[in-house]
Amino acid sequence: MTAKTDVRRYPGFGLFSLLFFVYLYLPISVVVFYSFNANRIVANWGGFSLHWYTAALSNAALVNAVNTSLFVATIATVVSTIVAMMAALVLVRGKQVRYRRVSETVVNLPLLLPEIVVAVAVLILFSELGISNGLLKLTIAHTTFCIPFAFLPIRARLQGMDSDLEDAARDLYASSWTAFRRVTFPLILPGVFSGAMLAFVISMDDFITSNLLNSGGATTLPVYIFSLIKQGVSPQLNAISTLIMIASVVLATAAFLVQRKK
Amino acid sequence: MTPRWKNPGWNVWGLLPTHLIMLCTLIIPIGIIILVSFSTRGPYGGFDYVFTTAPYKQILFNEGWTGELEFNPQYLIVVGRTLILSTVTTLICLLLSFPVAYFISLQKATLKVMLIYLVTLPFWVSMIVRVYSWIIILGNDGVIEKTLRFLGLIDDMDSLLHGDFAMLVGLVYSYIPLMILPIFASIEKLDGALVEASHDLYGSRWTTLRRVIVPLSQPGMLAGSILVFVPCLGAVLEPMILGGGKTMMMGNLIQLQFGPARNWPLGAAISIVLMSAVLIFLLWRGLRAVRKESRELLA
Repeated sequence: MTAKTDVRRYPGFGLFSLLFFVYLYLPISVVVFYSFNANRIVANWGGFSLHWYTAALSNAALVNAVNTSLFVATIATVVSTIVAMMAALVLVRGKQVRYRRVSETVVNLPLLLPEIVVAVAVLILFSELGISNGLLKLTIAHTTFCIPFAFLPIRARLQGMDSDLEDAARDLYASSWTAFRRVTFPLILPGVFSGAMLAFVISMDDFITSNLLNSGGATTLPVYIFSLIKQGVSPQLNAISTLIMIASVVLATAAFLVQRKK
Repeated sequence: MTPRWKNPGWNVWGLLPTHLIMLCTLIIPIGIIILVSFSTRGPYGGFDYVFTTAPYKQILFNEGWTGELEFNPQYLIVVGRTLILSTVTTLICLLLSFPVAYFISLQKATLKVMLIYLVTLPFWVSMIVRVYSWIIILGNDGVIEKTLRFLGLIDDMDSLLHGDFAMLVGLVYSYIPLMILPIFASIEKLDGALVEASHDLYGSRWTTLRRVIVPLSQPGMLAGSILVFVPCLGAVLEPMILGGGKTMMMGNLIQLQFGPARNWPLGAAISIVLMSAVLIFLLWRGLRAVRKESRELLA
């Protein structure tokens, strides 16, 4: 059947979709384009330059913010992925789990609440407990809201495979730890990987919580970028944004390729 | 013999860490938020546990010098704006997403995968960068103004930033991937034979679209609406960056109370209002889904 006679096709949808993708990528492209602008005033093109990239990379405050973000995101990702995997194993594979629905809701709780409410909750918690260490506060808060993002891909992976192989391993006298290490874990690894990836990106990207908790000398990358935005548009800001986008695209593509390799 | 994580004893240990974390960092603190929303504002910010309903009254009224209450809609306007902007954003996302999702579902396997990847990619890109990019486009001497001037349509125009329009643009742009993906998933499940059957029975393209395709992709639209509407209600970045700080939404109003304004009880009260709005919406959509299912079972 040719495209013209295919009744499922609607005229105009193709053009509409094309315009949509232009809309989706235009703003991002504008930032990348202007990051190469030699002129200090963003809106006036002053020739091609990589000056703002060297300026960005030698910006100590930026490097600090990146380090803080990486530190928090790494710990939050490792902890949330491990506990989310344990929860997913029980909730999908466990027998006679009581209150399964309630338990799942609890694990996904940060997704059901607006993030600003989560941020206020942890802010009040830390103020009541008198915790003032910025890094500690950020790490705890990020671990909390990363859990559902790590949990969902692992659960999906577990739901998509049956337990025959694990049962076979057990029948062949593998201890439960061996069965997990040699059979279950390798099988759910793609899910664990995309869960961890998602948690990492969510943590690196978080602004609302980090901004509200921003005290005790721990400024994350998005909070630092926000302080730059408040000072006004600048080519260096565009260069920093472009670098962040490159990192995001690399991560997204890696996660995408792993998921495709089922 | 069953693996250890299948024993009821291991169930408890497997769930314990996540549940402990949620209990300590969310469930108990939300209880404290409710307490704070009924507390008195401390002299230096913070709060004292002295019961009062003043924070909730403050949402609606100004307290005059002599303690008389004067109706002041400033916060109510913020709540109203948040609800309206979130609704409009969800509707626009629905309208834009459907043709795109449908178009993608018709493509060959490789192209389909590519296009879905292109839809999800911006979502991985830092939210703050994506919102910020609109300053360059909408702002003074921005891309839009330059383009219009180049075309000779205008000489000078006011910045499109700092208002409801800019916030709406930012909200739609931020959350639209969350609408396309579920709608696409729904359309993918749709049986093409039904579409052809509709045509065989002399349904025109539009009738088929209206009576077959759209109704059958409703689960995806419902899921997408929830995924877009709920984060919109709590949006902070879009109003802060594109709204210009003066036109507020509930999210940055709360942020303001816990930050520079140092009025924690009021902030807590607004948080409770926001949380209730989300809860009511989720229950309403959930109830609708349940009712629809039961109707289908009975029919």
